[in-house]
Amino acid sequence: MNLHEYQAKSLFQTYRIPVPAGEVVRADDQLDAALDALATDRWVIKAQIHAGARGKAGGVKLVDTRAQAKEAVQAMLGQRLATPQTAGKELPIHAVLIETTQSIEEELYLSLLVDRARKRHTFIISAAGGMDIEAVAESTPERIHKVSVDPAVGLMPYQCREVGFALNLTGEAFKQLGQIMQAAYQMALEKDMALLEINPLIKTTDNALVALDAKVSIDPNALYRQKALAEWRDPSQEDEREARAADHQLNYIALEGNIGCMVNGAGLAMATMDLIQLHGGQPANFLDVGGGATADRVAEAFKLIVSSSQVASILVNIFGGIVRCDLIAEGIIQAVKEVGLTLPVVVRLEGTNVEQGRARLAESGLQIVTADTLSAAAKQAVELAGEDQ
Amino acid sequence: MSILVNAQTKVICQGITGKQGSFHSEQALAYGTRLVGGVTPGKGGTTHLNLPVFNTVKEAVEQTGAEASMIYVPPAFAADSIIEAVAAGIKVITCITEGIPVNDMLKVRAVLDQSDAYLIGPNCPGLITPGKDGQGCKIGIMPGHIHMPGRIGIVSRSGTLTYEAVHQTTQAGLGQTTCVGIGGDPIQGMSFVDCLKAFEQDPETQGVIMVGEIGGQAEEEAAEFIQKNMSKPVVAYIAGMTAPPGKRMGHAGAIVSGGQGTAQAKIQVLKQAGVTVVDSPTDMGQAMQACLS
Repeated sequence: MNLHEYQAKSLFQTYRIPVPAGEVVRADDQLDAALDALATDRWVIKAQIHAGARGKAGGVKLVDTRAQAKEAVQAMLGQRLATPQTAGKELPIHAVLIETTQSIEEELYLSLLVDRARKRHTFIISAAGGMDIEAVAESTPERIHKVSVDPAVGLMPYQCREVGFALNLTGEAFKQLGQIMQAAYQMALEKDMALLEINPLIKTTDNALVALDAKVSIDPNALYRQKALAEWRDPSQEDEREARAADHQLNYIALEGNIGCMVNGAGLAMATMDLIQLHGGQPANFLDVGGGATADRVAEAFKLIVSSSQVASILVNIFGGIVRCDLIAEGIIQAVKEVGLTLPVVVRLEGTNVEQGRARLAESGLQIVTADTLSAAAKQAVELAGEDQ
Repeated sequence: MSILVNAQTKVICQGITGKQGSFHSEQALAYGTRLVGGVTPGKGGTTHLNLPVFNTVKEAVEQTGAEASMIYVPPAFAADSIIEAVAAGIKVITCITEGIPVNDMLKVRAVLDQSDAYLIGPNCPGLITPGKDGQGCKIGIMPGHIHMPGRIGIVSRSGTLTYEAVHQTTQAGLGQTTCVGIGGDPIQGMSFVDCLKAFEQDPETQGVIMVGEIGGQAEEEAAEFIQKNMSKPVVAYIAGMTAPPGKRMGHAGAIVSGGQGTAQAKIQVLKQAGVTVVDSPTDMGQAMQACLS
């Protein structure tokens, strides 16, 4: 679950990671009070959306007068913003963060995440801040410093010193780097952060470190014990259908194609999408209905699939393990009737009581094609989608 | 022969009195698993499914001589249950639970690194050594009847795709030695490499089917191991060719980030390592048959 920059920065403040003085504004009439609170004559105005590269898309503005500030805020609030990182989607701006400007001498990069290969919390720190860190890692890997934390002893001061020396930091900035790393590790543990990224972490002309940006995402599996953070969820930044799916314990991701898929199991769902492509079609979605494919969930899944207007056929692929195929078939029939589906549906069932399941579908009188094998099912779904066009 | 467990392995169930634990314990018993007891804190001294229930894993091990454990407890308590099993000396621990926080699994991982216990999972279907006439060992949520004792080892990050591989090898008459669902989480117990090593050493296993998916580097590590150490044929299928980058595809670990962990990259290194990679998930059984003939 992603946090907004202003939310992440308020956590940073709690853990004493230095951030610029800032105020959140959600409506025009809050602007004057915000500017008064930030006693300066130059401000940065930052659109609050769940995506990076906002600067490139006009989501970050530097202003020198109140009139300019007002203009910039009005141009952002209530509008939608697409950045190079939003995959063509426009995200609504419901809040802006207004901050004092900083005198930047150097831009660093710091992130903390769980490294899957090392199986430990790992810092990625670089002197090449302010740019795309993956590009830095690709072109100049020697500029990337990785520090993994042994959970038994925690982050050791020498590990922070090593990075400080490698970055040629001195005095106050050197000391601060250690404090920031310790705070970040403590936050990752206490707040169940899946990712904490500060890009850039700047060194000011006064030799102080400041987190100029903040990107934090919380481990969704830990939200049950992070109730306060869970309250910060902003569904307006999420795909509407994905959010609706999540409310029904379905895993749904919209894609570009025209063949809707409903599958039990995440791996099989991906494999089904791949198979559609292998047979010359394009999947319209990823959808895992999970183990208990009940009539209610199947109906909800059908509704999600047909909410995409481009869908021309639907492929249902269920490997009934513990759940019996005849019960699943019953669920599919009920759901097709309930949703009033008119699109062609191809069903591939396998597992316990598969014959009874197929028989029920055949007897239903509905426009349901049963396929004996997964390949045949994918092929048919692709053919049916083609006929529709 | 088989890896990790066989029909003689004594198994306990942690969370046996819960709905999931109860249901799958019954299924395991029906399959012939030597389930000797269960653990539910506070219900020690009672019986459930005609099996003794203990308060602690330590007690269960002392009283029953259990060597393996299957864990069906909610995510909030799962890490504690795994570490309790390790501390009690259980050697093969299977955790089915989905949705354990990563921070909890990092603690579990640190404990596992200091011990000789194997963890299968979490967020997995479990493991099974198929057997005839109640002679098998089923520890997990997989449907027992699709399996057939035989000569192929199966290791997979996905539940239902494991069933596909099982189904196909059964249809092809090859059968399985042991099937291990290692699960879809980013921090987990046994890896592909751990399982491949065990299958390579098992005299009954003649070939291995490996089912991978996008995200992480586990398939790349497996490719390196196969190239250096495997004499047996390996057939692989990797799910997620069509997965968009940056999206978590159901499993917590199934995500392509920063161009890393793509299906294309995994397929390429596996092919270079001499693995038969099939394009379609429906071809795993046939490809294995072709490798063996």
